[in-house]
Amino acid sequence: MSTTPQPDVRPGRLAASEYALRFADASPRLTHSQALLEAERCLYCFDAPCATACPTSIDVPSFIKRIADENLRGAARTILESNPLGGMCARVCPTENLCEAVCVRNTQEGVPVAIGRLQRHAVDALLESAKPQLFTRAAPTGKKVAVVGAGPAGLACAHTLARMGHDVVVFDARPKAGGLNEYGLASYKTPDDFAQREVQWLLDIGGIEIRTGWKLETTEQFQTLRNNYDALFLGLGLATTHQLGVPGETLAGVQDAVDFIATLRQTTDLATLPVGRRLVVIGGGMTAVDAAVQSKLLGAEEVHMVYRRGPEHMSASVAEQEWAQTHGVTIHHWLAPVEVVGNAGHASGVTFARQALVNGQLRATGETITLPADMVLKAIGQQLGNPVLAQVGLEQKGGRLATDAEGQTSQSGVWAGGDCRAGGLDLTVEAVEHGKQSARAIHAHLMAA
Amino acid sequence: MANLQTTFAGIKSPNPFWLASAPPTDKAYNVNRAFEAGWGGVVWKTLGEAGPPVVNVNGPRYGALLTPDRRLMGFNNIELITDRDLELNLREITEVKRNWADRAMVVSLMVPCEEKSWKAILPRVEDTGADAIELNFGCPHGMSERGMGAAVGQVPEYIEMVTAWCKQYSKLPVIVKLTPNITDIRKPAQAAKRGGADAVSLINTINSIMGVDPYTLTMSPSTGGKGSHGGYCGPAVKPIALNMVAEIARDPATAGIPISGIGGIGNWRDALDFIALGSGTVQVCTAAMVYGFKIVQEMESGLSNYMDEMGFTSVDQIVGKAVPTVSDWRYLNLNHISKAVINQDSCIQCGRCHIACEDTSHQAITFMKDGKRHFEVKEDECVGCNLCVTVCPVPECITLRDVPAGEVDQRTGKVVSATHADWTTHPNNPMRTA
Repeated sequence: MSTTPQPDVRPGRLAASEYALRFADASPRLTHSQALLEAERCLYCFDAPCATACPTSIDVPSFIKRIADENLRGAARTILESNPLGGMCARVCPTENLCEAVCVRNTQEGVPVAIGRLQRHAVDALLESAKPQLFTRAAPTGKKVAVVGAGPAGLACAHTLARMGHDVVVFDARPKAGGLNEYGLASYKTPDDFAQREVQWLLDIGGIEIRTGWKLETTEQFQTLRNNYDALFLGLGLATTHQLGVPGETLAGVQDAVDFIATLRQTTDLATLPVGRRLVVIGGGMTAVDAAVQSKLLGAEEVHMVYRRGPEHMSASVAEQEWAQTHGVTIHHWLAPVEVVGNAGHASGVTFARQALVNGQLRATGETITLPADMVLKAIGQQLGNPVLAQVGLEQKGGRLATDAEGQTSQSGVWAGGDCRAGGLDLTVEAVEHGKQSARAIHAHLMAA
Repeated sequence: MANLQTTFAGIKSPNPFWLASAPPTDKAYNVNRAFEAGWGGVVWKTLGEAGPPVVNVNGPRYGALLTPDRRLMGFNNIELITDRDLELNLREITEVKRNWADRAMVVSLMVPCEEKSWKAILPRVEDTGADAIELNFGCPHGMSERGMGAAVGQVPEYIEMVTAWCKQYSKLPVIVKLTPNITDIRKPAQAAKRGGADAVSLINTINSIMGVDPYTLTMSPSTGGKGSHGGYCGPAVKPIALNMVAEIARDPATAGIPISGIGGIGNWRDALDFIALGSGTVQVCTAAMVYGFKIVQEMESGLSNYMDEMGFTSVDQIVGKAVPTVSDWRYLNLNHISKAVINQDSCIQCGRCHIACEDTSHQAITFMKDGKRHFEVKEDECVGCNLCVTVCPVPECITLRDVPAGEVDQRTGKVVSATHADWTTHPNNPMRTA
């Protein structure tokens, strides 16, 4: 008679009404008067540090002053002019590490202006207004550009090109556009189907066609795009995940965190989504946090997030780590996985080896610990993962596409941006900037020809 | 974006936002930066006659009324007219106008109250290519002691005389800048018009002292232990300016004269207030000195979006639109009844409405109900004075409702009437007409 408990992975751990409450907007909207009060705190700095810190160079003081002036439409224009995905960015950008980190009010009062929440206030107001379209297309140029990937980089590139009068076709492997905005970001950051509403706003400029269910799998497909379009932008993102490389990795109950999150995002009735009673999430970035927190919100009793180094090395920001902890996730440090243990073909726990830094190198100390788990999620990073790119001769650097500052790859006529491009920060806002800059470079290239 | 182009007394500018005559418009360096930022026009800081220029104090020239979070509500200055050489100024004006041909260049002037002084300077200004002149009859300190500035602005006969000289000896449009330090603004405005003024601009600054240092018991601001009254401006003065603008706009003797509105304009909403009450352009100073020239872009955006929303296609469609609603007190409808209403869902229970009403008004707001802290309006006492709306910290928590005709006013027991009736026919009025 086995004393090991059966794996407990099931849906419906909570009362039906609980799901809506738990997955509601993590950051409630500012009311009108809250927005005015918060906007007043902005000093309208000269050469504002916040605007410099923004990867898309949004003129922050300007949009905040316009909110204070009750000119929400003007505020939205300032934002969207620099960042057409300003709505999503306002919800997910780690402002605590970017604009809000350098706000001069930190020095004076220890509390920055709530720039992200104000940005959302303005963009949401526009999208809900009678005339959400701000921009018009320039006269048609007759040029056609192919964009691979309908994530933030591809969408920003397409919108910028469409505004300049070019026609764009955006290809994406998934059934819906949006990329990680639709399939990757935590549910409580983007409730009410915002990713799709934003995609629609972007498409309403005109001139952009989305073709879903198209995946770049052969060199012939790549060549066809090169032949049929005047330029090509690659915003593929990262297709595969790093594997643990330990025994037991293929047991049932072990899953990539990105797949778990994607399924969650597309599940209308969360009560039907199975989740383990006890979870181990391996990794230290935003994906690990999103997977861990959402598992807890689904009703998992114990969720352990395990990282092989210390808290200061984790790529999840301090705010994200605190978010995980206040949601009941236990974060472990200095543990690296060595085996997924199982019972009757299903994972039952993960054995970790304690690590320490010895002369700057990570070394096992000899001590091991096994955390029981009904479900194991892997979130140790993603890779480009598309062999076609190397096959067509695109140079890579550190496993991603090598480009110049404007995203030009090693092949003339091919640009790349977002996570698939080397040297970036893997942020939505940066993907937008890549898309925007590449679009301008593409435009210059097309009009010079 | 709506079209913000304006033509004011024949002067064209791409938008109605001008900078007033002041330190921001002192020299080419500033004015070039202003035009780069997008200002539609400037009034160059007041030129004096040829010869040694005035000298400013080297201590504080400014004082301010600040809120606790250091937001500027009022600003006080003892700056004088330009302290730079006339020739240098004229050269710079010529060059700047040539480089910015589409922007309005108005030159402010203040010379002694003698015909020969005006006759001498006018052709010099005309030769710069400037679009117009503005006569500074408002400086309340420094120059008024010498018989210029406010010393002229307070004497209608002088205004008329000098304006007439300017029309006689120059082809340029003449804008007469009025001082608010006066009993009835209509008199100087009428005098300007009689003298042939093409437009008036107002207000200049208001005589003021900012305060006293509690430990030295010296007035503030002070330089070397003494201070002088200065000119007050900024957000706090806007209502004073608006009233004066409206008075000139609705006085039959001056109605229709172009008005350039000045006084505490910081954003498009302030500009709209002035425009709707009769101003064809607005002039800004304090807000630019606090925030820098870039704020004009926020003003343009705000006014433009407002115009699109309201269906206005040019600024002149808005000029003076609110003037017909400015009346005299005696014509206000005494049969119009309002009562305050407190939204209990928004109420944060601070009790300020209650104490304001209980101590200083009509004792029309409760502080308790059924033994619990609760703030509610008692319509049998409420006169609709609006004090509670003003002191409530939560926007839209307290509002005034118009009591419809046919409903009983709890305070008087009378049914609210739909007919207009005002003081002119009231039985209590010994001077009633009917």
